[in-house]
Amino acid sequence: MDDLVAQVLQGSVRAMARLITLIENEDPRSLQIMAAIYPHTGNAYVLGITGSPGTGKSTLTDKITTLLREREETVGVVAVDPSSPFTGGALLGDRIRMQRSSGDAEVFIRSMATRGNLGGLARTTADVVKIMDAFGKDWVIVETVGVGQDEVEIAKTADSTVVVLAPGLGDSIQSMKAGVMEIADLFVVNKADRAGADELVNEVNVRVKQDAQIRKAAWEPLVVKTIALENAGTNLLMEAIDKHRVFLRQSGKLGKNRREKTRQETLGLLRDEISRNVLEKVLGNGRFDALIDDIVAHKKDPYTSVQEIVDGIFGDK
Amino acid sequence: MTAKKRVKVIMAKPGLDGHDRGAKLLARVFAEAGMEVVYTGLRQTPEMIVDAALQEDADVVGLSSLSGVHNYFFPRVVELLKEKGLDDVLVVGGGIIPEEDVAGLKKAGVAAIFGPGTRTDDIIKFIEDNVSRS
Repeated sequence: MDDLVAQVLQGSVRAMARLITLIENEDPRSLQIMAAIYPHTGNAYVLGITGSPGTGKSTLTDKITTLLREREETVGVVAVDPSSPFTGGALLGDRIRMQRSSGDAEVFIRSMATRGNLGGLARTTADVVKIMDAFGKDWVIVETVGVGQDEVEIAKTADSTVVVLAPGLGDSIQSMKAGVMEIADLFVVNKADRAGADELVNEVNVRVKQDAQIRKAAWEPLVVKTIALENAGTNLLMEAIDKHRVFLRQSGKLGKNRREKTRQETLGLLRDEISRNVLEKVLGNGRFDALIDDIVAHKKDPYTSVQEIVDGIFGDK
Repeated sequence: MTAKKRVKVIMAKPGLDGHDRGAKLLARVFAEAGMEVVYTGLRQTPEMIVDAALQEDADVVGLSSLSGVHNYFFPRVVELLKEKGLDDVLVVGGGIIPEEDVAGLKKAGVAAIFGPGTRTDDIIKFIEDNVSRS
């Protein structure tokens, strides 16, 4: 395993692919692997692409990748698609739209299935991003599953988040709602040659202006019109992404945001570790089932019982 | 809680023919069987297919051809996989493959050829039995 990490750091694509599989499978060595990877992270710029199914996320990812490659920057892509909640299988179709980027040795594309995770990403997507970062990719683009309104995990992973919209999916109330609309650093109205595109751009602009009135923010999301398939507007999108990136750097927000992300991630790890340890102790001795019997028989209640268990493990506060 | 290892399949159509109904159906069949299937779409060069297998850390590459180009493309994919050190990837093929070509393809390293009428259960079973990765 140390071998694999060393090979990744030396630039082995094969080793990176294998290491990602271990992380995806939540191999018992995952923590060790990520501990070895972590010192080499922090250099890649992480771009999130999210939006409803069929709005053109994959095609836009392909175009952005091409533009970055023209600037001779290297790119890793993580493309997430849903796992079936029934069979656990998945059809990962994002690669189809990334034909121009595949075949370029400096572009590494990895499809990931959500494996039951809600929120738009797989549980291990953030770690896969770190591996690509440590490998030395200048950019890592994360394409989420097609999201509805509530899947906003990408904002915890990406430095810049692009929310892709397409005309024809709802009236102006949709663009006023909470959730995905709130995490955009940039909005893209893709398929701008379709009816309703200009209206949608207006609605999004109205929302952006409303946001600015409701709370002051140093960054006002830009709204860009594209026709990704025809490569129209993609240069403007790239410019907008660069603008946001420069803003983050110059304002010091990049560092602040990353600190907050690190805090959340570390808290998450801590929570996982605590619950694993506690559950091992609680479920290990067989008394838990006896307790459940008591609770079912109404001799005890679950609320006090849980408090007693926790006090028993951690002692008095 | 821990995610178990899932078989990862690259489903690809090498060459120029546009008949992808079978490839798409099988991609879905494999997903229904609990596998993670990367569908790469039409008009793939062997290099593109092998790149996908490399980056995706695939266990299986499924090739479909209905235009008679299998004798070039299938062995070429096997060869390139070997060049990249991906010897343990299971390569299977399907489509319209004349009986007399099957032996040659197997000799070239294609593990199995599934012609029209093959039961999808048999294909799944073959993959599950022959996938080599731990």
